[in-house]
Order: sequence, then C-alpha cells, then structure tokens
Amino acid sequence: MAKHYRPRRSLLILGLILAGLATWAFLPNRDHSPKLGLDLRGGTQVILSPQSANSNAVTNDQLAQTLRIIRQRVDGFGVAEAEVQVQGSGANTKIIVTIPGATSRSVVDQLRTTAKMSFRPVVAEDYGSPQPAPSVSPSASGKPSAKPAPSANPTPSVDPALLKPPIQSKTLTEQYANIFKALDCATSNSVDGAKPDDETQYLIACDKDGAYKYVLGPALLSGTDVQSASAGLPQSGAGNWQVDLTMTTSGAKKFADATKALYQQKAPTNQFGIVLDGVVMSAPSVNEPILGGSAVISGSFTAEEAKALSQVLKFGSLPVSLSVDEVQQISPTLGNDQLRAGVLAGAFGLLLVVIYLLLYYRALGLLATFSLAVAATFTYLIVIVLGNEIGFTMTLAGIAGAIVAIGITADSFVVYFERLRDELREGKRLRGAVDHGWSRARRTILAADFVSILAAVVLYYLSVGSVRGFAFTLGLTTLIDVLVAFMFTRPLVYLAAETKWMNAGSGFTGVSPARLGVKTHTEVAQ
Amino acid sequence: MSKTSSLGNRLYRGEISFDIVDRRRTWYVLSAVFIALSIGTLALRGLNLGIEFKGGAEFTVPVSNAQTADVTKAREAISAVGHEASSVTIVGGNKIRVQTTTLTIKESNKVNTALATTFKVADTDIKVQLVGPTWGSEVSKNAARALVLFLILVAMFLSVYFEWPMAVAGLIALTHDVLITVGIYALSGFEVTPATVIGFLTILGYSLYDTVVVFDKVKENTKSITSGSRMTYSEAANLALNQTLMRSINTSIIALLPVLSILVVGVVLLGAGTLNDLALALFVGMLVGTYSSIFIATPILTQLKERQDSMKDLAKRVHARRKNAGIDEESLTAAVLAPSYVAPAGPRQQRVKKPRSSRGK
Repeated sequence: MAKHYRPRRSLLILGLILAGLATWAFLPNRDHSPKLGLDLRGGTQVILSPQSANSNAVTNDQLAQTLRIIRQRVDGFGVAEAEVQVQGSGANTKIIVTIPGATSRSVVDQLRTTAKMSFRPVVAEDYGSPQPAPSVSPSASGKPSAKPAPSANPTPSVDPALLKPPIQSKTLTEQYANIFKALDCATSNSVDGAKPDDETQYLIACDKDGAYKYVLGPALLSGTDVQSASAGLPQSGAGNWQVDLTMTTSGAKKFADATKALYQQKAPTNQFGIVLDGVVMSAPSVNEPILGGSAVISGSFTAEEAKALSQVLKFGSLPVSLSVDEVQQISPTLGNDQLRAGVLAGAFGLLLVVIYLLLYYRALGLLATFSLAVAATFTYLIVIVLGNEIGFTMTLAGIAGAIVAIGITADSFVVYFERLRDELREGKRLRGAVDHGWSRARRTILAADFVSILAAVVLYYLSVGSVRGFAFTLGLTTLIDVLVAFMFTRPLVYLAAETKWMNAGSGFTGVSPARLGVKTHTEVAQ
Repeated sequence: MSKTSSLGNRLYRGEISFDIVDRRRTWYVLSAVFIALSIGTLALRGLNLGIEFKGGAEFTVPVSNAQTADVTKAREAISAVGHEASSVTIVGGNKIRVQTTTLTIKESNKVNTALATTFKVADTDIKVQLVGPTWGSEVSKNAARALVLFLILVAMFLSVYFEWPMAVAGLIALTHDVLITVGIYALSGFEVTPATVIGFLTILGYSLYDTVVVFDKVKENTKSITSGSRMTYSEAANLALNQTLMRSINTSIIALLPVLSILVVGVVLLGAGTLNDLALALFVGMLVGTYSSIFIATPILTQLKERQDSMKDLAKRVHARRKNAGIDEESLTAAVLAPSYVAPAGPRQQRVKKPRSSRGK
C-alpha cells in the first residue's frame, strides 16, 4: 500500500466531500444552524403511550387515527414547528409531542382528552369565509355533493371571544345565528383548533379545510354506532375512491330513522355532518333512506382522503387511551442557559485536549488538532443537514455525546502516534515508521471504533427520548472519526514526514529520534 | 515532554517494566474489595433514584438570588394548594428545585401557579417535569435490554476478531466497571437519572473500546509465540501492557479532559442537570475502565490462556530453555524479552544472546 499511496488524492476527496456537505448545509431557504431540541430552546415535550382499551396491541390503523387527532389539536395551538413523532414499535410505541417556545400549561390536558366522532344533521351551511362575489360556484373538491350558492352575508357585530369553536348551545337563538354569520373559518383557529364537542348540543363548526361552515344539530349517531368502515374503489372499477360504511345493529336502526328523515329535506339540510373533535370532516348528502345499515359515501375523494375519512369513521374517537409518561416544560431562558453551558463545556473540553496534544506530541499534536477541527466541522455540517432533511434535533444529551466523542476521536490519533513512535524506537526512519505504524494502528482503530458504533446502534434502537439523541450523536461522531483518521490524519502525517524539518529531528517535531531514545548505532544499522 | 517521552521509550524497550500480570492477585483482591463494597452499599442503601424512575413532579423556579428562606416559602406555597413537597433544594444559587409525588396535570398546574405567584415569576418561566409512575421502569427495562443485546453482540465480535478467552476477559472487565461505578453512586448518594443511565451505557462502550486496544497489542505480541520458546504467554502479555501503557494513560487523560470540562461548566453554570449526571457517571466509569483494561482484563486473559495445552507446553519449553542457558528467572527483566530488544553493550547481553546453535530448544 505504501508504494501506491496517494495522500493528496485522499485530501482532495475529503475536501470535495466537505465542500459538498457545506453546500448542502447552506442551501438557500434552509436553516443554516443545527436544529435545537426542546431542552435547548424551551418548550413543552410530552411523551404519551397509547394503550388499546381491550389490552390488545395498538394496530397501525389505530395509531394513524390517534396521530391524526393529536396533530389536529397540536396544530390548533398555532405554534409553528410543533411536532408529533412516533418512536419505538409494538408495545413500546411512544408518541412524542414537541411544542417549542413558551406555551400555556394547559396544553397537556388538551392533548389527551378523548375526541368524539358524531353524525349530526346539518341545519345551515355557508362559505367558511366571506366571498368576494356570490356568483362563484363552490368547488367540489373533496365534497361529497354540490352545494347551493349561499347568499352574501352582512357581518353582524359579535364579540370575537364568542367565535372560538366549538360554539355550542342548547337552542339556536338569534345570537347564535349572528355568531354563525360572523364566523370566519380563515381567521379563527377553528379549522385545526379542535376540542371535543358536546353531542347533545347544537354546534357551529368549520370543515377541515376551512372552506365551509356549518350549523349542526345534536348528534343522531355517535362513533360507537359504526361497526366498520373502509376505503376502496367502486366495485364497478370506474369512478373515484369511496368509503364503505357498516353500522352496528342498534346503529343501523338509528341510521335508518335518520336517513328517512334527512332525504326528504332540501339542501343543505339533507346532509349529515361527520364531526370529529368539533371539526366537520365530511358532509355527505343523503340521497335515499338507508335501511340495511350499510352505506357508501362517494364523492371526488382521493385515495388519501377516503382512507382518512374511513379511519375517522372506524375509530370514531381517540381509538386508544393515552397515558402520560413524561411531561417537560422548559422556559426559553433556561433552554438558552443549557445551550450556552453545553457549547462552553464543549469548547473548553476541546481546548484542554488541544493543549495536551500540543504539549505531548508537539508537531504531531498540531496535526491532531487540525484533524479534530475537521471532525468538528464535519459533525456541525452533518447535524445541520440532518436537521433539515430528517428533522434531527440536537439536545443537551446529544451535545454531551459529541463532547465525549472528542476523547474517542483523539484516541485514534494517540493510537497512531504511539505506534509511529514505537516504529521509530525500533530504529525505523520516519517515512517507514509512518507507513508501518499506520498499517498496524489502522486495525486497532477500526476494531475499537466498531465496538463504539455497536454500542451506539444498540442504544439507538432500544431506547426513546434523550438516550436516542445521545446514541445517534455518538455513532455519528465515531463514523466521522474513522473518516477523518483515514482521509485526513493519515495523509497529513504522510506528507509531513516528507518535509525536511520533520526529518531533521528537532525536539518540536514530536518524532525526534534523540528524544525517543533511538541509539545512533541503530540508525546506522538501518 | 522529555520526561514522559523517555518513560514511554523505556517502557517500550522494557527497561522499565511493571509486573502487572504477575501481581494479578493484588489487583484481584483490590477489585474484589471494591466490588464487595459496591454490592454491599447497593444492598444496604440502594440507589438514589431521580423522579424519572420513581414517578413524580419537579418544578424549577428561577430566582435572582436564592436564600434559605426561599425554601420555606416554596414549601408553604405548595402546602397552601394541598400538596407536600418531598424535597426543596437550591440549585446553582439561582434556582429553586421542588419535587413532589406524582401529580395529575391539573394539580401540577395549580402548584405551578402557586409557585409563580410566590416567587413573582411568569407561569411559563418555571421548568416543569411530570413523570408517570411507569416511565422509569420502562427506561430501565429498555436500558437492560440494550445491555443484554450489546453484550451478546460484543461477545460475538470479540470471539471472531480475537478469540474466546479475550471475549470472556473483556466482559468480566466490563462487569467489573459497571459494578464499581454503580457502587460509587450508591455510596455517594448521587441522584440516578436517565442521563446517568446514558453515562453507564457509554461506559460499556468505552470500557470495551479501551480493552480492545490493549488486546490488539497482546494479540500482535503473541501472534507466533508458540513457534518459539523465548517467552511465555503471560510474559508477552505483560510486555504488551507495558508497551501500551503510555497510550492508555494518554487516552484516559484525553477522554477525561472533556468530561471534566462538562462537570466543571455544568456545576458552575447550571447547578445540576443532564450534563452533570452524565459527566459524573462517565468520569468514574472511564477511570475504572482504564484500570480494568490493564489490571483486570489482561491478567484474566493470561490465566485463561495459560490453561490451554499449547500454552502450557510453551511455558515448559521456555523454562527448560532458560534453565539450560543458566538464566536466573527471578532476575529476568522484560527488557531482554522485548522483541525489539537492542542489546546494550555489557555483560548481561552475553548471558542472553547466546549463539543460535547453543540456544536450547
């Protein structure tokens, strides 16, 4: 390998990788700094574990519906960058909700309240927001049936505080009619700001896109009346996606009564509002009485929409109960303190290591310092890229992992340098020692780093929360260590060994034969 | 530099040699005492588990200048809303940390408001952590599963890359490290949090990492040892230990420096928290890990190896050869055993470097 070794090519390739990474990290319209975890910038983190009521495992469908409901609520808090993540699988599934910034203390309660699904008769319907011209016919996207053109509405003056959905009342009074007229689905957070509604009361609600608003009567059927629902294409094969719905025995009776009453009504009051968490998910109109307890909801659904609606119908409410495992609320000030402490500890630790390397290894220590700088740059860039691409966040535990990795990275250099010196002690010349020492050190570095990566991978897959962040950083930095040792340190030492100064044996080189106690006669003997 | 460097030189050439393998009994006894102490304390006192393991609520209130009177104020504020603080401590001089038993979210909001009013801070400035009673056991369960899987994988790797005696010796050293670190936590009463568990798990990786580096040198020194009769396995292993001693010391210092920096910065700036919990476990574990790679792993390895028939034969041959050559085994230094031994001029050279023809075989 020594004969064909091309150190400059290694350095060039590494430089290109680094440049590519830098370009990727600093692409326009992206974050140019690492994405910080909640413990570093403040916010609320809630870890929930979903449990199925009948103690069976939580199915993927149930999980999907639970996540949808939680996302809907989290979006309702109106905080940008709020996140809902799933970690683990099977019995270890955890839902991690992260809401950055200073948030109200009541969010946790709202997250886990049971959602309710109900079928309500539509009493009135209108555009979600005031329309510029009444002649525009409503689009039918995702809507099961065409709508009559609503009349233009003068905005009555209503206290905006009353416009926070769900707006409910036992009877529809004049005041509620005014509230309905004033409600603007585009401005109020009613589209996402979902909260459980009371099935026994009237409800003023927006649909899930905010395109329409409805006044709905008390529930005719509730989620428990639905036996099953599935999305599919019509049996004829032609047409759009649709949702097939089957009621339970008691549900079928209620459904028959409801459809008998509804199909005779004029639009818009011939519609059902399928309401989840105070939001109208769909409002199909009833074309005929459905007596058998199974129905088809058709319209211009995409596959995605049909599937989502079928899940809403099937599980009705939060399909699983959520127990709170952990809640952490950290103020932005404290988060900032922790970030500062973490960065300071890292910088201080790095400085100490550099001083030690320089004192002990002299010129070689300088090369090691460059290598550490390259490794640190790599880590920083990759963390930015991963933050943008897969949402990886740097937490305090992650920073600690990176600081610990300074030691492991520096050790690769120590192993190499000690081998190199051993070779010199045996009387080899610098050039030979650099090559031979590397071929021996290389094996040790790979074996030792492999154990480190093994630990990181096992930890990552078997843990949740902060342990995961730590494991990820540790694994990442160990991989970077291998890359830097092979592509940077090795060629750099090789090139340095070609310089006259390093071979001249000055005490500052760190490879001075005299200092290493090599006897003159062995030099001659070579 | 010159001092340490020349120590390194002399160690490498074997001019200075520490009889680490020969004195294994001393190390075993020392470690046995520590382990017994650890297990004893663990059984008697147990670990001081953080609320993450017991379940409970923790509130951290930022105050400009914490005084002992604040502790009483905090206790009173909490009793006023019908709860009791299990502990109230001042952290880092500018924070008051209050712990209670498990609270529901509504109760926690009440306590939060009470504390905010008492200390005249905004509701949202208080750091709140609520932990359900099952969370801690799940964290520990996950950690235990990770531990078992890791040990199996590492044992497989070490058996393939090295050989099974090395895998056994490495794992014994690992167990030793974890036991002693946990024991120190029991003894000192430091709080065990998930961050501490992360620290423990990192020690596993580090302890083995260190052992792998030492074993790699042992492997190299003993590669074709049975084809000759110059030294026994134990002697070769001891030489390897001495030759990697400077690396072990350097690596430990370099790994400990950043950890020390985390500890210092964490204590000065934050008082307590993730950084300190993690760094403390690492600091203790890395020290013990370096010790065990040298003083426990390798001596155990030599014992296991010396039981093998090929190594027994080797030892016999070596002793026989030395007897023939009239070498006093007691006065034998590692220097003359070193593979790279460059004979200095002097009478001792004559005693060892006999002409090939007269070397006993």
